[in-house]
Amino acid sequence: MSESKGQRAKTLILLAFMVTFGSSGDVMLSQGMKRVGQIHSWAPTAAIAYFARAFGSGTIWLAIGLLMLFLLSYMLVLSWADFSYVSPASAIGYVLVALMGYFFLGEHVPVTRWIGVSLICAGVFVVGGTQPTTNQNR
Amino acid sequence: MTAETALFIGIIVIAGQLGDLSLSVGMKTVGEVKSFAPINILRFLSRALGVKWLWIGIGLMAIAFFSLLALLSWANVSLVVPATAASYAVGAMGAQFLLGEHVNRRRWIGVIIVCIGVAMVCI
Repeated sequence: MSESKGQRAKTLILLAFMVTFGSSGDVMLSQGMKRVGQIHSWAPTAAIAYFARAFGSGTIWLAIGLLMLFLLSYMLVLSWADFSYVSPASAIGYVLVALMGYFFLGEHVPVTRWIGVSLICAGVFVVGGTQPTTNQNR
Repeated sequence: MTAETALFIGIIVIAGQLGDLSLSVGMKTVGEVKSFAPINILRFLSRALGVKWLWIGIGLMAIAFFSLLALLSWANVSLVVPATAASYAVGAMGAQFLLGEHVNRRRWIGVIIVCIGVAMVCI
């Protein structure tokens, strides 16, 4: 495998990790916080009790773990790939979340959102056709 | 949109993207990871934690995050989140002019399409 092909492959694998960990971490965090409930008072004792309840939730810890894995994948991919490649390519996460909402949660997805999802796919495809790394001397 | 809302959207987009760009500079300073063996990933992490650009990036991202929280206390999420889709274009501009990345026409077209798509998904 040539150097550039190998680099493209590892960039795509790390992007897949980023998108999977980031999206599932966000979904878990949202579910966990909904279970904890809304914060009613910002008085110090009430706020401490609220966050203690949040950190006692297994879902929140699972979400934190997933988001840490997202950050690690992001840091690793940025160690070689252009930011201007990684950032738009990771927008594919919006597509994943819309599809998960539609197929697994039975959510209604309006037409404008489907158009947006198609545009993101097209944009990511266009960006994906460029070289992940353009400046080796940074 | 009030001037205050526009100002906060500007802060969120610019601080957030400068944060990501700083993280990118920091990780390039650490150097390309060639092997993903756990020991190498741990070495990478311990080197990364000593790079000042990582901490500058985290500080800027924190500014963007707290500005977003503040803005959401008075502005509608249906306005704020689609507006922050502009981040992709601002980030690509920063990558070209601050980091010296070669953002060719093809990549620019992709970035603009992604911006429009993200805004439509979030409306």
